[in-house]
Amino acid sequence: MRDTKSLVTIADYSKDEILEILESAAGFEANPNRKILQGKVVATLFFEPSTRTRLSFETAVVRLGGSVIGFSDAATSSSSKGESLNDTIRMVSSYADAIVMRHPLEGAARYASEISPIPIINAGDGANQHPSQTLLDLYSIRKTQGGLENLNISLVGDLKYGRTVHSLIIAMSHFKPRFKFIAPDELKMPEEYKDFCRKNDIPFVETAELTDSFNDADILYMTRVQRERFQDLMEYERVKNIYTLHDNMLENTKPNLRILHPLPRVNEINPDVDSNPKAYYFQQAQNGLYIRQAILSKVLGY
Amino acid sequence: MEKQLKVAALCNGTVIDHLPAEKLFTVVSILNLEQCSNQITIGNNLESKRLGTKGIIKISDRFFAEHEINKIALIAPNAKINIIRNYQVVEKHPLQLPDEVRDIIQCPNPNCITNHQAVATRFHVVDEKNALRLRCHYCEREVAREEVKIK
Ligand SMILES: [Zn+2]
Repeated sequence: MRDTKSLVTIADYSKDEILEILESAAGFEANPNRKILQGKVVATLFFEPSTRTRLSFETAVVRLGGSVIGFSDAATSSSSKGESLNDTIRMVSSYADAIVMRHPLEGAARYASEISPIPIINAGDGANQHPSQTLLDLYSIRKTQGGLENLNISLVGDLKYGRTVHSLIIAMSHFKPRFKFIAPDELKMPEEYKDFCRKNDIPFVETAELTDSFNDADILYMTRVQRERFQDLMEYERVKNIYTLHDNMLENTKPNLRILHPLPRVNEINPDVDSNPKAYYFQQAQNGLYIRQAILSKVLGY
Repeated sequence: MEKQLKVAALCNGTVIDHLPAEKLFTVVSILNLEQCSNQITIGNNLESKRLGTKGIIKISDRFFAEHEINKIALIAPNAKINIIRNYQVVEKHPLQLPDEVRDIIQCPNPNCITNHQAVATRFHVVDEKNALRLRCHYCEREVAREEVKIK
């Protein structure tokens, strides 16, 4: 049977479905050019620009033999003339077989999935969800650690607003992780996600200290610390420097440690880390292609 | 005396009792009773053993649909709804919040799709540690029941 449901949030996928996607992505990494979407049309509707994500999805479609229609910025689309999201989705769904959409408003993808007769893949809805990012994070973790179970994962930086770390907690909850939340007081992990960990028997510790705090980690997940999140700009200047990862901070870390970052980075990772074999963020971004091929195949029933 | 009784006792209709006095006019407004041409008796700041003071609304010949009743549960969860037929209370309607509340609450997130496009709001009721919260079906933000804004 064809399973053609939308992917709006990582919570839409069960543990088995997550593993199925990761398995399928590994197949695409081994052989990225498989023309299974020949004759299929995928619409990429980017109501706000995100070149990185759009190119990754479009490359995935093309490598699968499908074609792409769409727009990369709402200013060039009919929505700038006041067309409702409802009308745009209905119109596009009469042309395409699946829709990849990014929208500045939270909940836009969920709403689109309810009115669309074809599957919706959420490529980011405001500050809410970005499930293909989470799946590529999981893929990168599995690939570098040989599995997903029983890992020590340190999350660093903006844990308050950073949606990637929130989604990662939800997704990793299937695999018995142990978390360390490393963040300045202003950007601490929200109570909601700590409650989620407690309820799911996931151990976690919190600290504001970055140096020497991740020596037991298998994965160090860095996030952007953005200036606009701070009320007090002096506080930002202080935090910005404290939360920058330098190569010499990796001396006592485990040999299997890998550093992830959703990119683009600001200054959380000093360039001297880039040549360290523990730096994995550039390969992580590459993995996005295979994951997006796997997602497209799944929602289109292949 | 007889006339007073006629107003107070209801032949057919709905009595909404045990409203906190400060919530009475909000209930009047969310039930849209300003637009209702039926006979309505409203009492407020009445003595109540349980609440100190309470409000009561009696509406003749009017029976509310489930989604209207839900609105009351959100702001006055301990209110009592009595359905009156032929001067008898035929149905004591205990207020219960359903698992999902549709098109009643406004999402507090200004960046939520429901605040920008013609999308009916949907909230999932989550009961955690005895603190009732509502989670927007679309933007997934949560709001405490006390902070809910009725549309
Ligand atoms: Zn919302």
